[in-house]
Amino acid sequence: MNAKKILAKGYLWLLLAILYTPILIIAIFSFTETKVLGNWTGFSLKLYTNLFDGGMSNSLMSAIQNTIIIALVASSIATVLGSVAAIGIYNLKNRQRQAVNFLNNIPLINPDIITGISLFLLFVALGISQGYTTVILAHVTFCTPYVVLSVMPRLTGMNPNIYEAALDLGATPFQALRKVIIPEIKPGIISGFILSFTLSIDDFAVSLFTKGNIGLETLSTYIYSDARKGGLTPELRPLSTIIFVTVLVLLIIINRRQAKSREKLA
Amino acid sequence: MNKFIKFISRRSTWSIPYVIFLLLFVVLPLILIGVYAFMDYSGNFTVANFVKFIEQPEAIKTFVYSVAIAIITTFLCILLGYPAAYILSNKEFNRSKTMVLLFILPMWVNILIRTLATVSLFDITGIPLGEGALLFGLTYDFLPFMIYPIYNTMMKIDKNLIEAAQDLGANQLRVFLKVILPLSMPGVVSGIMMVFLPTISTFAISELLTMNDIRLFGSIIQENIMLSDTMNYGAALSLIMLIIIGITSFFSGDDEGEVSHGGII
Repeated sequence: MNAKKILAKGYLWLLLAILYTPILIIAIFSFTETKVLGNWTGFSLKLYTNLFDGGMSNSLMSAIQNTIIIALVASSIATVLGSVAAIGIYNLKNRQRQAVNFLNNIPLINPDIITGISLFLLFVALGISQGYTTVILAHVTFCTPYVVLSVMPRLTGMNPNIYEAALDLGATPFQALRKVIIPEIKPGIISGFILSFTLSIDDFAVSLFTKGNIGLETLSTYIYSDARKGGLTPELRPLSTIIFVTVLVLLIIINRRQAKSREKLA
Repeated sequence: MNKFIKFISRRSTWSIPYVIFLLLFVVLPLILIGVYAFMDYSGNFTVANFVKFIEQPEAIKTFVYSVAIAIITTFLCILLGYPAAYILSNKEFNRSKTMVLLFILPMWVNILIRTLATVSLFDITGIPLGEGALLFGLTYDFLPFMIYPIYNTMMKIDKNLIEAAQDLGANQLRVFLKVILPLSMPGVVSGIMMVFLPTISTFAISELLTMNDIRLFGSIIQENIMLSDTMNYGAALSLIMLIIIGITSFFSGDDEGEVSHGGII
């Protein structure tokens, strides 16, 4: 019995070791200045300070800025659009609701390359020149379904009588919305926003197809063209490490929030 | 005006902007793939793009090779991921949520960075890049996407069913074969969707892992669609991929999307 447990635990740890070794290598080599990975040239925080005092290439700097701006704008739009849509879908009749849910699932199933190509063709067909706006629209397209999916469970778990009670007590529909529905679904809205933000930052294929050729680069497309040129800008190592730690913290926060809301429901 | 206010305050109305958005940015673009695939450079109807695909042995070869790579990757992910999901969901072996989180976390790290990290691992250990590196890298990249849905489904299995089987005299192997395995199948199906579909459409990952030596179907699509004179051919290739995706999702049932994307943890 015990041997089996050791075997099972051992298997998990082995898999984790394999999963994390490459990430750890990047993290370890973010503390040395070498251009080539695997060649330790002494401990240094230079790459980290370069990230913050502008001691790196301008193109990487602007790629980081673009990524953050696009993620903030796209996830904000997606959050508003998705939350409003979730309230609307929740109030639809059964068959209509199924139809909209079906449409909502398409971007979730489509691989990135199909989402990217199809939107690329849309912008070509409409004659829209590609750049910031098209990337943001594309990101809104694949983020919003996740917002809808985060908000929907909060709506279905809500007691509909509270809203009716607010109306009976003289609240206008708008007041009832602001005072009853929005506080109830707020955790879903926040999770949806965080989720959209991480998805947007992480995206590569959709951005590649919709960024056009005006020289707009996000972090992912920058890494891609950088890697194709044969090398990886050393500053990407501390940057990846920071992103990794940030994502870890964000995930723990989401996890805690969900655990809490589950306790509340139970 | 009064009518308008009534219309706005009916909350089902609120789904309309999003429905319009979906039609414009999801449905119409997908239709456009089909339209462009059957068009020549000057906009006339043609099937030449598909003829070109069939007549080019190189394109067909790449296509078959990509499907094979995707199938092998998916198989490797099931082989490695299923036991992991089973152990993670089994109270006897694991009670820690953090352990689960550790397995899911790589899903949220940029896949290009993870791929480059794998490339550097191969560089440091002196393993040559190529087909083996490609399969390892893809499995490494997509394993969390297999473990997560299987784990999720296993957690939802009614523990009373397992106890009932045990009470009725089934040994552990039989409990696994007759109860856990069949009930975890929906998770495996979602896992296949989440691994097979991205793998078959991958392009950047394979380019990085093989130093551009092995080209998958996704790379060919990308190269063609970005150039205006081969855009229609690229659209035809995309349509072929879209059909494969459609077939895969059809066979895995239409409600799987919700299983695989229902939550984060």
